Amino acid sequence: MAGLVKGSFLLSFLEQLGEVGLLFFKTLQNLFKKPREHRIFLRELEEIGVRSLPVISLTAAFGGLVFGLQTYVGFHRYIGPGSEAYGGPIISLGLSKELIPILVGLMVSGRVGSSMAAEIGTMKITEQIDALFSLGANPIRYLVVPRVLAAFFMLPCLTLYGDIIGIFCGYFYNVVLMGVNRIIYLQNTLRYLELWDVASGLIKASVFGLVIATIGCWQGLKAEGGAEGVGRATTRTVVLASISILILNFFLSKALPATL
Amino acid sequence: MIRVIDLHKAFGPNKVLRGVNLTVSKGETMVVIGQSGSGKSVLLKLMIGLLKPDAGRIAIDDEDITRLNDEALQRITKKFGLLFQGSALFDSMTVAENVRFGLERHTCYSPAEMDELVAESLARVGLSGVENLMPHQLSGGMKKRVGLARAIAYRPEIMLYDEPSTGIDPIRADAINDLINKLKAEMGVTSVVITHDMASSYKVADRIAMLFDGRIIEEGTPDEIKRSQNPVVQQFIHGKAEGPIKTY
Ligand SMILES: Nc1ncnc2c1ncn2[C@@H]1O[C@H](COP(=O)(O)OP(=O)(O)OP(=O)(O)O)[C@@H](O)[C@H]1O
Ligand SMILES: [Mg+2]
Repeated sequence: MAGLVKGSFLLSFLEQLGEVGLLFFKTLQNLFKKPREHRIFLRELEEIGVRSLPVISLTAAFGGLVFGLQTYVGFHRYIGPGSEAYGGPIISLGLSKELIPILVGLMVSGRVGSSMAAEIGTMKITEQIDALFSLGANPIRYLVVPRVLAAFFMLPCLTLYGDIIGIFCGYFYNVVLMGVNRIIYLQNTLRYLELWDVASGLIKASVFGLVIATIGCWQGLKAEGGAEGVGRATTRTVVLASISILILNFFLSKALPATL
Repeated sequence: MIRVIDLHKAFGPNKVLRGVNLTVSKGETMVVIGQSGSGKSVLLKLMIGLLKPDAGRIAIDDEDITRLNDEALQRITKKFGLLFQGSALFDSMTVAENVRFGLERHTCYSPAEMDELVAESLARVGLSGVENLMPHQLSGGMKKRVGLARAIAYRPEIMLYDEPSTGIDPIRADAINDLINKLKAEMGVTSVVITHDMASSYKVADRIAMLFDGRIIEEGTPDEIKRSQNPVVQQFIHGKAEGPIKTY
């Protein structure tokens, strides 16, 4: 009995993975086909990028602050007073490689992934997707491609922006609030932080963008059964996208080289 | 021309269509009647490729659409204008953008010509002056008529009407009957009309087919249908609660 339950769980997991994979494959197939939906692409760039700025600003700022705080505590306790200025590169590395891409991914899952699922799901249950098809618009090309592309381009931009805010806030906590030596802090940061640290975080963010948009569109397109179905699609999108981001993040960190 | 041959379609255990055979000749108006839930809307969606049949064939102008891939199917949709039972207007677009949508994808008119066709289609359904409203600002009947304008705008060869007069006042409904007849007379449009309204069936139909129990149980001209010996057909067209069709 337990084996049966486990078996069907694994089966449905594989089935769902297949569904997303197929959607992603179809999206790639339609990537360069005409007509291109510029208007929707631009609208999504704005929706994902510009409208996420306030949330990203806040989360990156407090992420930077708290990371700065604990790094300070760590150096102060284990190496001793005066050594805190060596925390600069660690803060910048941790933020740009791990914390900011993950925060951006999670925030965008909640803000944008869910709204993609809700919007497309509503279109699905009100037959608007059928109407698209009957009026000559390929739903994948019209709905999915512009969203996936916009997320792919916008997440690195948001992450870079978050890096700047977060690293500045780490600096602000240590140098301005705790009186750490400004020159040594900056010198160390500039000497040990590599361009690749930031770049690898941006690469991760792009992958997260693909994951969020693909899951949101997939859940929207398979929504069924009225308002409840749309609600379920949005919840599932946030849960699935968040989990996928955290899991993928580990494997990407492992796969991407530490330095170039 | 539409030829439906031994069409089967089930949703899980619910066997909706169980061997439907139907031929609609070029330029003909076929009315499909049948109880609520008998599978009329499903039949229309199968005809345009929105649903895939479990078995059977559907030929549009001798091209079997059940074997086409998505890309080729999309090309076929150009021949069709589909009025959805629930209108299915794009709720993020204005009325004019809705009507224009099919024109932009199915035709190569210039923007000015498209504007003209949008205005003309809306005028045909008696809805001039609402171009810039959003769908949520329209009444149910108005939505239906915008849906109709959107479907006829790019002048398809085949029109599929899913309950064109449901939710519309009797005067407008009759105007829509006239429009269906006019499209046939002016442009030789082939039509499939689903309706519960027997008066309008008699007005627009060249032939009427009744869907019951997953099959077409009777088919003929309006006069033949009226004289049908089948008790199910008689009960349906006279709208009786008593008869072979159980109501509860
Ligand atoms: N997408 C779907 N998934 C599952 N079942 C469906 C789906 N679409 C239709 N059905 C089922 O198919 C049957 C026929 O539905 P259909 O919408 O074709 O009825 P209808 O004849 O158009 O009725 P009405 O006159 O009320 O519009 C119903 O039992 C319905 O539950
Ligand atoms: Mg119906």
